Amino acid sequence: MSTATHHHVPDRLNGPLHRTVRSWESLLLAVAVAIFVMNSFASPYFLDAWNLSDATFNFTEKAMIAFAMALLITSGEIDLSVASIIALSSTAMGAAAEAGLGMPGIVAVGLVTGLACGAFNGALVAGLGLPSIVVTIGTMSLFRGISYIVLGDQAYTSYPPSFAVFGQGYVGWVITVEMVLFVLFAVIFGVVLHKTNFGRAVLAIGNNATGALFSGIRVRRVKFILFLLTGVMAAVASVCLTSRLGSTRPSIAFGWELEVVTMVVLGGVNILGGSGSIPGVVIAAFVMGLVTFGLGLLNVPGIVMSIFIGLLLIGVIALPRIWFQLQIMRGK
Amino acid sequence: MIAQFVKSREALLLAAIALLLALIASRFPSFVSPGNLVAVFNDTSTLILLALGQMVVILTRCIDLSVAANLALTGMVVAMLNTVAPGVPIVAILLIALTLGAVMGAINGLLVWKLEIPPIVVTLGTMTIYRGIIFLISGGEWINAHEMSDAFKQFPRAVVLGLPMLSWCAIFAVAAFVVLVNRTALGRAFFAVGGNPRAAVYTGIDVGRTQFFAFTLSGTLAGLTGYLWVSRFAVAYVDIAGGFELTVVAACVIGGISIAGGVGSVAGAVLGALFLGVINNALPVVNISPFWQLAISGAAIIVAVALNAQSSRTKGRVILKTAEQTA
Repeated sequence: MSTATHHHVPDRLNGPLHRTVRSWESLLLAVAVAIFVMNSFASPYFLDAWNLSDATFNFTEKAMIAFAMALLITSGEIDLSVASIIALSSTAMGAAAEAGLGMPGIVAVGLVTGLACGAFNGALVAGLGLPSIVVTIGTMSLFRGISYIVLGDQAYTSYPPSFAVFGQGYVGWVITVEMVLFVLFAVIFGVVLHKTNFGRAVLAIGNNATGALFSGIRVRRVKFILFLLTGVMAAVASVCLTSRLGSTRPSIAFGWELEVVTMVVLGGVNILGGSGSIPGVVIAAFVMGLVTFGLGLLNVPGIVMSIFIGLLLIGVIALPRIWFQLQIMRGK
Repeated sequence: MIAQFVKSREALLLAAIALLLALIASRFPSFVSPGNLVAVFNDTSTLILLALGQMVVILTRCIDLSVAANLALTGMVVAMLNTVAPGVPIVAILLIALTLGAVMGAINGLLVWKLEIPPIVVTLGTMTIYRGIIFLISGGEWINAHEMSDAFKQFPRAVVLGLPMLSWCAIFAVAAFVVLVNRTALGRAFFAVGGNPRAAVYTGIDVGRTQFFAFTLSGTLAGLTGYLWVSRFAVAYVDIAGGFELTVVAACVIGGISIAGGVGSVAGAVLGALFLGVINNALPVVNISPFWQLAISGAAIIVAVALNAQSSRTKGRVILKTAEQTA
């Protein structure tokens, strides 16, 4: 009897290396590398430090929102109003600049506006228990609508020169201020999701909100904080974008909400909540940025690039499932 | 039954629309003249058509964000067809629009049904793909009024029994959906799938297949609307109806269709669309800048969803009455 108990019972079915190789992030990284290599062959202008640096503007601002959105979607909620928060926050900053505030004042006004928008969403979703997808479709119209009421067909352009540092500044050589912010926030949100109690709570809520509540997690408070975070990150993106463009129109960042959600889903975050990783979102940001930049160098118009993004979004989710179904059909 | 109706969401919405019309009429009586009301209804017809399709999709716990892109692509295809072959009769154009829209809806439905990809992801993807295809086939060019044949442009404008054909299309679609949703097995299946998918499976309903039909219906109506839109405004380009998918969802939500699935009615979707239509048409009349439109519809959505949640909230049963009072 005792001799037969020497079975090795593995605590994990696959080794860590095996799991890493088969993970979503690795698949995505392979896609990113493939796109990078293809781009460098396709255009002689691709492998240029300055061009690559310029290319990062395609995704850094969206990615900063995507980090917060990744946490929000992991918790089972969604915020479709982020692009409108950018617009409202940018409008507030424009008004502040018009009123003669200095650079720190303008940024503060922008961030507070984002915080207020996030709090409004959070109060409706976490406070009143309303479905986030509908609430944020509503606030998406409301926030941008307020920008339209304030600005109409006008624009704010009187930003002080010192404000340009966020969107046009360089830390050194080709490293932009936005790139530094991108890395900084990637690390912060990565640590928050993967290394803190708060991050575990977010995952728990996304898997089973009722279960999380009964394990002592303050579900509504966590969700409220996530909406605040998303609002603030949208405001940070607004600061960068406004600073880069040097002007505010109510149509600023139109349609970005769907690109941000695409980035998050492409990054392997389950749209139904419960799982996701920040490294995945970082790689997804690069994939989307590289596709846009590489095709741009080949004079492919932006709208055609969006076909690739759409195919990529459906393809990366569909292919593993088709593969799985084929294996079932083969009788494995 | 009357008491039930008075408390319903549809009655509330009807009262809201009537109040809105009364308020506008008190200052601008010409707004409620029959002629203008017909114009308002006609202007809202496209939204009604799309809201009907979106309604059945939302009933089955899905969402279709690709309707506006579907509309734009179908519109571009029939417009290009018209420039190449102006002789093609309108009946054929309508059939092509319906078929093309149905195919695009069916693609969404198949991805949701067979691969079980979440609907929001599928339609987010197909939305950008369909829009991109418009650019590919048109090269970014516009198709303007003078390139379209007169018959092509006249169809939605042709007045029959006092109403333009565009309005009649919406009315026929509403009638068809009333029958479909209330009187057919598929209609009941929409509610069953959205209300409780697991119970639906046990009663022999194929959940994925039902969702597939919902998406196909939504696509079919989007295709029809595509032709009507392009011929009505007599222009086709890449960005027509950009962002309209969210207006359509908004109309449904205002109409009391629960985003959680299983709750809603054809009347609700129609009234939700009319509510937005009246607001949009009234703003210029009452001299409010059209820039207010977006914020007002946003506020309307938030109020509507709050009301929806209020009415569906089940009150906990009081088991110990004495304990309740002493507490």
